[in-house]
Amino acid sequence: MDEVELKRIVWRSRRGLLELDLQLERFVAEDLPQLTEPELVLYRELLQYPDNDLLDYLNGRSECPNPRLWPIIARIRAAQR
Amino acid sequence: MSVPVRKFDAVIVGAGGAGLRAALQLSEAGLKTAVLSKVFPTRSHTVAAQGGVSASLGNSEPDHWHWHMYDTVKGSDWLGDQDAIEFMCREAPNVVVELEHFGMPFDRNADGTIYQRPFGGHMSNFGEKPVRRACAAADRTGHAMLHALYQRNVRANTQFFVEWMALDLVRDADGNVQGVVAMEMETSEIYVFQAKATLFATGGAGRIFASSTNAFINTGDGLGMAARAGIPLEDMEFWQFHPTGVAGAGVLITEGVRGEGGILRNSSGERFMERYAPNAKDLASRDVVSRAMVTEINEGRGCGPNKDHVLLDITHLDPEVIKSKLPGIREISIKFAGVDPIKAPIPVVPTCHYQMGGIPTNYRGEVVVDGNVVSGFYAAGEVACASVHGANRLGTNSLLDLLVFGKSSGNSMIDFIKTAPKDLPELAQADVERSVARVEALNTRAGGVEVNDARSAMQATMQKHCGVFRFKDMLADGVAKILEVEKLVQNMVIGDKSKTFNTARLEALEVENLIEVAKATMISANARTESRGAHVRDDAADTPQNPNGRDDENWLKHTLWYRAGNQLGYKPVTMKPLSVETIALKTRSY
Repeated sequence: MDEVELKRIVWRSRRGLLELDLQLERFVAEDLPQLTEPELVLYRELLQYPDNDLLDYLNGRSECPNPRLWPIIARIRAAQR
Repeated sequence: MSVPVRKFDAVIVGAGGAGLRAALQLSEAGLKTAVLSKVFPTRSHTVAAQGGVSASLGNSEPDHWHWHMYDTVKGSDWLGDQDAIEFMCREAPNVVVELEHFGMPFDRNADGTIYQRPFGGHMSNFGEKPVRRACAAADRTGHAMLHALYQRNVRANTQFFVEWMALDLVRDADGNVQGVVAMEMETSEIYVFQAKATLFATGGAGRIFASSTNAFINTGDGLGMAARAGIPLEDMEFWQFHPTGVAGAGVLITEGVRGEGGILRNSSGERFMERYAPNAKDLASRDVVSRAMVTEINEGRGCGPNKDHVLLDITHLDPEVIKSKLPGIREISIKFAGVDPIKAPIPVVPTCHYQMGGIPTNYRGEVVVDGNVVSGFYAAGEVACASVHGANRLGTNSLLDLLVFGKSSGNSMIDFIKTAPKDLPELAQADVERSVARVEALNTRAGGVEVNDARSAMQATMQKHCGVFRFKDMLADGVAKILEVEKLVQNMVIGDKSKTFNTARLEALEVENLIEVAKATMISANARTESRGAHVRDDAADTPQNPNGRDDENWLKHTLWYRAGNQLGYKPVTMKPLSVETIALKTRSY
């Protein structure tokens, strides 16, 4: 993934909900540099979900309908502890 | 220097509820309409609104717009303009039904009508008893509203410029607004969006405070741009706070935690609410709790290395009760405070969540300065001050504000565009050049203040000196301090000078907007020596002559802060509604 795309992903981690901003900010700072190319693609895909759905996935309140994204969701959740 | 120009009938900055509602009006009228947004429209902060939108539909019990109007005037502590409030409350049923027809999935009654629930401050028969007036789509009202409006805009051919940041307003020598200077984030290229009519719908600026529920995007861009362009900001001392947000994060801890037995403690572990409210203690009303918390912090009994918060303790509760009755709170505390509340208390602090003031407009969404309409300039939503919320907003009136004033400003713009000359006038260059120079200064400055440091200094100063409960001396010091912080902002430096998605530069530009709001807030609050609505001062106490510290004789007026010289002006509150009698001054009590 080229640098522009990476920076675009960083900006798109800014959301309409504070709870998402806080969680994704930490994830972006701490984990993003370590992600593999396929993981980055999955994270980019996850960012396509509406804010409320995304928050529910990250809080474990509901399950993301796409199982391929479960590992990246688990990783974001783990970054909070 | 030559900045490329894109031409439209209308340009709208901000794609939350107000911007989208206005854009829809314009596009459906066949006008060429551009909407600029820093983020994808459905990720605007409107998405955070859960509670609902109020309208006196009377689907569950009798209701009337006049009762809604009464509640809103009272809620505003009589600082709201009664013409704008009448307009909003009368329009409410129309805009809600319209939204229903746009595909908004409102909760419904068995008979198919929109379900309505009660909400704080909304009453029937002029304050008699609670009424069911709030229309909602589960707990996702704002989200559903954005989706319905966005889809409708796509159908109407609104042109979206997503991931664009507006930088500055463009005014000609006579002050007429000609559009905005804006930057495409991906390339950092700067364009002028020239239009016959320009609307700011950029939302609030809650990020001026250290503790805020606002998303990171809420940086008051419209307010900063307006202030730099010589437009005053109205009633900026009025901000709504919630007593318990997680310190350092801003995520709210529901009042239900205190209902379940949560106790507030200071640095020595004392249950301090026993001193402030011997009977209700930790269950006292929001303002009493906020005031006690701030007093403890100010008197040096705050917790943590900076002594800047207190603790909400539920460690004495049965862990099973916490897990079953307060599961969300445990999750929030672990995530955002790094504390398991079963084992240790949660750091909390009063937290800002809504801005009542903004760009002065009338109920048609036209920006009004010194009694005159600014030709070609409009504002709607949280960035605007119509003023319907006055000194304090009622819940569910914010989504209503977006719909009503988004639509009315759209209509005003249509009328204006129709009478404007067919061809756009020659573009004035002075503001364009100033804007480009502002970005260039950031690009070229070597050595200075880190953006994060400048922002943190501003947020700490606002939180400490101008928070939920205010003290005369603290405010006076705060004015001096925020002007010092402004010097830091003027000297910000960014390490990354690259062209593509340069978030460091974007954040610096946002801080340049926030500081204008911070100054306006501190200076306006310092000057207003009464307590009214959300502006509560220790030195403006409850007396028989001035109940709740409100001083109508001297302060029943709107503040106007002018950036040039930090001058303040005042204008009268419009007490005369459009068609009914004035709702007369009264002490606000519930």
